[in-house]
Amino acid sequence: MAKSASSTVDTTTLAEPVRFLDPDGRFAPTPAAERFASMLDELTEADRLEFYRDMAVVRRFDIEAGHLQRQGQLGLWVPSHGQEAAQVGSGRAARAQDTIFPSYREHAVARIRGVDLLDVLRMLRGLTHGGWTPAEVGNFRLYTLVIGSQTLHATGYAMGVGLDGAPTGDPSIDEAVLVYFGDGATSQGDTNEAMIWATSYQTPQVFFLQNNQWAISVPVSRQSRTPLVDRAAGFGMPATQIDGNDVLASYAATRYHLEHARSGGGPAFVEALTYRIGAHTTSDDPTRYRAADELALWESRDPLIRYRKYLENEGVAGSFFTGVDEEAADFAADIRRRTLELGPPPVDTMFDHVYSEEHPVPVAQKAWLSDYEAGFTEGES
Amino acid sequence: MSGPGVLTMAKALNQGLRDAMSADDKVLVMGEDVGPLGGVFRVTEGLHAEFGGSRVLDTPLGEAGIVGAAIGLAMRGYRPVCEIQFDGFIYPAFDQITSQLAKLTNRHEGSATFPIVIRVPYGGHIGAVEHHQESPEAYFAHTPGLRVVSPSTPNDAYWMIRQAIESDDPVMFFEPKSRYWPKGDVDLTSPASPLHASRLVRSGRECTVAAYGPMVSVALQAAEIAAAEGTSIEVVDIRSLSPIDYGPLLASVEKTGHLVVAAEASSFVSVSAEIAATVTERAFFSLEAPVLRVGAFDAPFPPAKLESTFLPDADRVLEAVDRSLGY
Repeated sequence: MAKSASSTVDTTTLAEPVRFLDPDGRFAPTPAAERFASMLDELTEADRLEFYRDMAVVRRFDIEAGHLQRQGQLGLWVPSHGQEAAQVGSGRAARAQDTIFPSYREHAVARIRGVDLLDVLRMLRGLTHGGWTPAEVGNFRLYTLVIGSQTLHATGYAMGVGLDGAPTGDPSIDEAVLVYFGDGATSQGDTNEAMIWATSYQTPQVFFLQNNQWAISVPVSRQSRTPLVDRAAGFGMPATQIDGNDVLASYAATRYHLEHARSGGGPAFVEALTYRIGAHTTSDDPTRYRAADELALWESRDPLIRYRKYLENEGVAGSFFTGVDEEAADFAADIRRRTLELGPPPVDTMFDHVYSEEHPVPVAQKAWLSDYEAGFTEGES
Repeated sequence: MSGPGVLTMAKALNQGLRDAMSADDKVLVMGEDVGPLGGVFRVTEGLHAEFGGSRVLDTPLGEAGIVGAAIGLAMRGYRPVCEIQFDGFIYPAFDQITSQLAKLTNRHEGSATFPIVIRVPYGGHIGAVEHHQESPEAYFAHTPGLRVVSPSTPNDAYWMIRQAIESDDPVMFFEPKSRYWPKGDVDLTSPASPLHASRLVRSGRECTVAAYGPMVSVALQAAEIAAAEGTSIEVVDIRSLSPIDYGPLLASVEKTGHLVVAAEASSFVSVSAEIAATVTERAFFSLEAPVLRVGAFDAPFPPAKLESTFLPDADRVLEAVDRSLGY
């Protein structure tokens, strides 16, 4: 009989990850953070405030979406609560020309790149399998639900960047690719193949792992007996482990590796240690597999509270936070109002875009359905 | 290159790939051993020398990686032609083909196309070890979003690979291994048929045999034998398994009243079963007998010394023709 996996391993105790802000919001870089510190120099005061706005608005949006699901307005919700710093820091580290391949929980990154978060809800309301046009929203590709599949798409895309002649040496135009995945995805073959290919072809790419400790009900200790960041060395990739609840660490490490990748330095791996405060999805009940004290520990490391303390220590006025809270509430109210207005698409759209060029089967079945439904209408008249 | 020639199917495919790569520098060839070796069947022979390693990619060994990376390359504007080395090696890529590639056009709702060709050498008669002689086409024909074709002659191979590469949809391109080496006329000036057309390849009066890929030559052989015995068989090359062009087939059945569908694949839940069902629906009153299927047995592909019994041959086709005509 296999040994049972122990409950979540707090890998933050195994090594000091890159961290700038301690849990009380004090600027106290760890030794590992020093090499990334220069990345923070280019951040303006406005940038630092924007990070907070990004996190707070998406936190409020996430709560609203959870309510909408409980009220029957969404089939499912995928909470991002607790992972805002990992997402906002990395998302803001990408340049406009970069391409981002999300998994399905990166709502904060989606918003940063210009996705109307209503489009995320349209998917979870059962109205679309896509929702946006990547080229119109900062090259933010579609969510991918099969675990790890997007890592290969990201690697292929990054191979294409290389085949197109990158790098030119100008970081304002040279592109990089940022791909998100979780601790569960590290066990998938696709994810491992993606890293093999990326290092083989030296793609301009950053693999951003949000290790939120749980793959639905299975702890990361079942996925790996070694810190996941250590796996990168086996692929031949530099790797950095960060405190994923520190938005500055997430920004600096991701920025550093993206800039290195876009300049021709090859792929890199970032492991963000974070925690899924909520359920995997609204179909899940984490009290069945997680201890209350573990949750309490991670709640004490809340990324939003930590960053707010930091900004307050830096002298940011209370009116800023009040203003962001109001903006977040307005955003959530607007999302609610627009969600309730969303009706189903016309039924025959299921036949559209099955192929990009005409194929007789969907054409015939669309016509058949139209006649079939018309038959009911005639019967009523 | 222009003008007619006599080529093997492997050479015709090679020429088709070369001409497609010359015509469009976004066309890439990628797979295991497709570079300096030229592929295990030499279909990509010489392409690496001519176009270089950034157009002909010898990839790491991983089928999911080949198809998954091709998807990303297509998102970047490339037109990848993937080689899966053998039929039975395609399953590690099954998610990337059926859950990703097949659905991505639909998920993008018109904002992206995925012009990817996946070449799959398939079928038996080469005496190979396990997983090297299979016919997995039904899995892919069953999946909306994929197009599935299989040439039976060098001329079709040349034109169909070029047409498949020009298609903006994903195309599963099944190459009958047993037909790689026989030579045939190739007219390099113009295609005989559109990619998804089926075609009458032998006229007859009494029974129609529909076949595709490796079984077309077997059906024609059966028709020769039958003709010597006084039975007139008509043969339709289906060529495209998704979509299926029923026009020539229905016209033939309306004439003969009898249909036998022959394939190397096992018959249970097969493309042959789909053809039998559809012809029954659409030509019911023309049929003088039930549509019969001839295929491999519903067992795992056996060790090679048994394959000549496992796979259908001209005699098994004729046995079915006799049963049909006996109704």
